[in-house]
Amino acid sequence: MYEIVEGFLEAIRLIVTLDPDVMAIAARSIVISLTATIIASLIAVPLGAAINFGTFPGRKSLINLIQTLYSLPTVIVGLLIFLLISRVGPFGFMRLLFTPTAMIIAQTVLILPIMTGLTISALSGVDPVIRDTLRSLGATRLQFLVNILKEARFAILATVAVGFGRAISEVGAAILVGGNIAASSFASSTRVLTTAISLETSMGNISQSIALGLVLLAIALGVNLAITTVQHR
Amino acid sequence: MHRRIIFAVAAVMVALMLICGCIGTTTDPTPVEKQQLRIATTTSLYDTKLLDHLTPIFEEKYNAEVLIVSAGTGKAIEYGQRGDVDVLMVHDRAREDAFIADGYGINRRVFAYNYFVLVGPESDPAAIKGMQPEAAFTAIREKGMADEDVVFVSRGDASGTHSKEKAIWKGAGFNYSTDVQGSGDWYQEAGTGMGATLALTNEKQAYTLSDIGTYLAYKGDLDLVALVDEGDILLNVYCAMEINPEKYPDTNTTVAKDWVNFLISDDIQKEIASFGVDQYGQPLFYAAQDDWEKIGVTEAEVKDPIA
Repeated sequence: MYEIVEGFLEAIRLIVTLDPDVMAIAARSIVISLTATIIASLIAVPLGAAINFGTFPGRKSLINLIQTLYSLPTVIVGLLIFLLISRVGPFGFMRLLFTPTAMIIAQTVLILPIMTGLTISALSGVDPVIRDTLRSLGATRLQFLVNILKEARFAILATVAVGFGRAISEVGAAILVGGNIAASSFASSTRVLTTAISLETSMGNISQSIALGLVLLAIALGVNLAITTVQHR
Repeated sequence: MHRRIIFAVAAVMVALMLICGCIGTTTDPTPVEKQQLRIATTTSLYDTKLLDHLTPIFEEKYNAEVLIVSAGTGKAIEYGQRGDVDVLMVHDRAREDAFIADGYGINRRVFAYNYFVLVGPESDPAAIKGMQPEAAFTAIREKGMADEDVVFVSRGDASGTHSKEKAIWKGAGFNYSTDVQGSGDWYQEAGTGMGATLALTNEKQAYTLSDIGTYLAYKGDLDLVALVDEGDILLNVYCAMEINPEKYPDTNTTVAKDWVNFLISDDIQKEIASFGVDQYGQPLFYAAQDDWEKIGVTEAEVKDPIA
């Protein structure tokens, strides 16, 4: 019990003094996960729209498949990406293993199904009256899409938040393809909040782990607050 | 409306910049591109902070950036075999020889050594203190079968330490997979690095085999004591080698050579020999340079720089 209290106090000290190690790891986590979320959004939102409004054979099965992939185990994604980008793998020539780029790729793949699926739900949740109104007013295909997306923007924003949350809290794939490297330059390091927590705990540095954990929670809280603020405007 | 479009375009551009900023190692602001050296290392060299101590010296001297992936010897060798690193640093002679024989590694150099140590609870329920390693293992196994308070925690992760443990079981006359692994609850596998295994062993007040470096580095947080630390079989020799550029042509050979030569240079051998003395009262590693006979390697392996 004493250890936990002590850890918390030390954690708070590390945070309020803006400990450079903790801040660098936190910043790297945000940059990597945010990039993955942006890329995934750019793919998932149009893809979700295409699936939602499209009529093609196997549409139901495709949606089922996407929903199944929600629970894609992160280590499987990590293993898959590892095999693809390891030097002897098909994309090995790009030398991506153990780089932040590899982590971005893994996180993007990981959150793509959930973001696509939630986009579909968000769009199909738009009031049918609005759809009918748009159609009856003679909206072009593009106008129709833009207006539906606008109606569903809060739900889509929530989708982005979920994607980001899953990306930044992920550890299995991050350690497999990133390698948890602490290097001298910010860009070459692959140590993020989750992998650092895992390592520090294994080394018995509980206070450092708690500090990193609190930062992770703070980021999650911050993102949610930001989303909620936007939604209530 | 125009304003909105401008905003949208600006937002996309910012997003793209963010992406490029992350992916683009090409947009490195430093004028001279630093050489990157990727090392796969066994956990003991990392957990003891020896590499943390040495890499800044190297980075400064060679204008390089050292990227370290720390894993058990088995996993580190796997990274080497796939050509995902430039240098491999491990401590498992048999597998190093196989790695080189298979054409994956070249220019093996030995830079440090120390001893494995059998640690356990102070109460020593299997009464192994001062025994030879093989006899101690036998005693733990016997007591463990009879008394549930006696537990042995294995690394269980194909690391160099795990190999050594298996060698000791073999030396004591046991078949590892049938007499040890499958023989009861007294034998448990942690499946993780040395530091985490020590923490787990401490929780269970069990026995485990550790390299002395990691044990000393963690000792302050542990209630475990060193019970067996003598016996030839406990010798632990660390080497570094280059990944064979003939197998993987885009390996960073120049900086890999620099690193191996750096480790066996006089100055760094002194750094290694004195590392940890002020903190632990004894060195975590011994320099290999002058003890090559004692540790059973050739003089060339500890002294000759790679050409």
